[in-house]
Amino acid sequence: MTTAILPFAAAAFALALLFSAWRLLRGPGLPDRILALDTLYVNTIALLVVFGIQYDTQLLFEAALVVALLGFVGTVALSKYVTRGDIIQ
Amino acid sequence: MSTLDQLPMWADALIATMLVVSAFTALVGSFALVKFSDFFKRLHGPTKSTTLGVGGVLIASAVYFTVRGPGFSAHEFLITLFLFLVAPVSAQLLVKAAMHLARGETMRER
Repeated sequence: MTTAILPFAAAAFALALLFSAWRLLRGPGLPDRILALDTLYVNTIALLVVFGIQYDTQLLFEAALVVALLGFVGTVALSKYVTRGDIIQ
Repeated sequence: MSTLDQLPMWADALIATMLVVSAFTALVGSFALVKFSDFFKRLHGPTKSTTLGVGGVLIASAVYFTVRGPGFSAHEFLITLFLFLVAPVSAQLLVKAAMHLARGETMRER
């Protein structure tokens, strides 16, 4: 059952990536683009985990963890930059 | 030790259900980015729905790697915990940034 489901889950996350990439390119304002980037990295984590199940490897978790950490730092830095004008006061 | 084809029936069903539900939830959350008109409306989709979807996928992965062995797999819960802690923080920072920009625009209009 899971073997049949996995490609559809991966396709759903790929579609979600396309939606957020569209908003990243299109988005009228700066916060829209930051939000799209945030969604993009969260969906990337999910896609990596789905591939981890499919290829039966735990190696991709480290990648997912690094993506999560760097994505959060990126979101915080960009939001701080928009709010304050600089990142580190 | 068992691979994807030789999982027990219950684990197979549980993982498949979690995958379908959470993939749909994450897809809805990202579709909100395209559908809604305003930034403050758009923020709701990714912060709640997509985070829940990713959490579901990670739990499905935890079930799979625990059943497959060897031993309990806790990496996924690390990522899930981190994402669930981080989503509200980044959402609040984004709202702050958006409100800051919006306030600047109304000041300029006056």
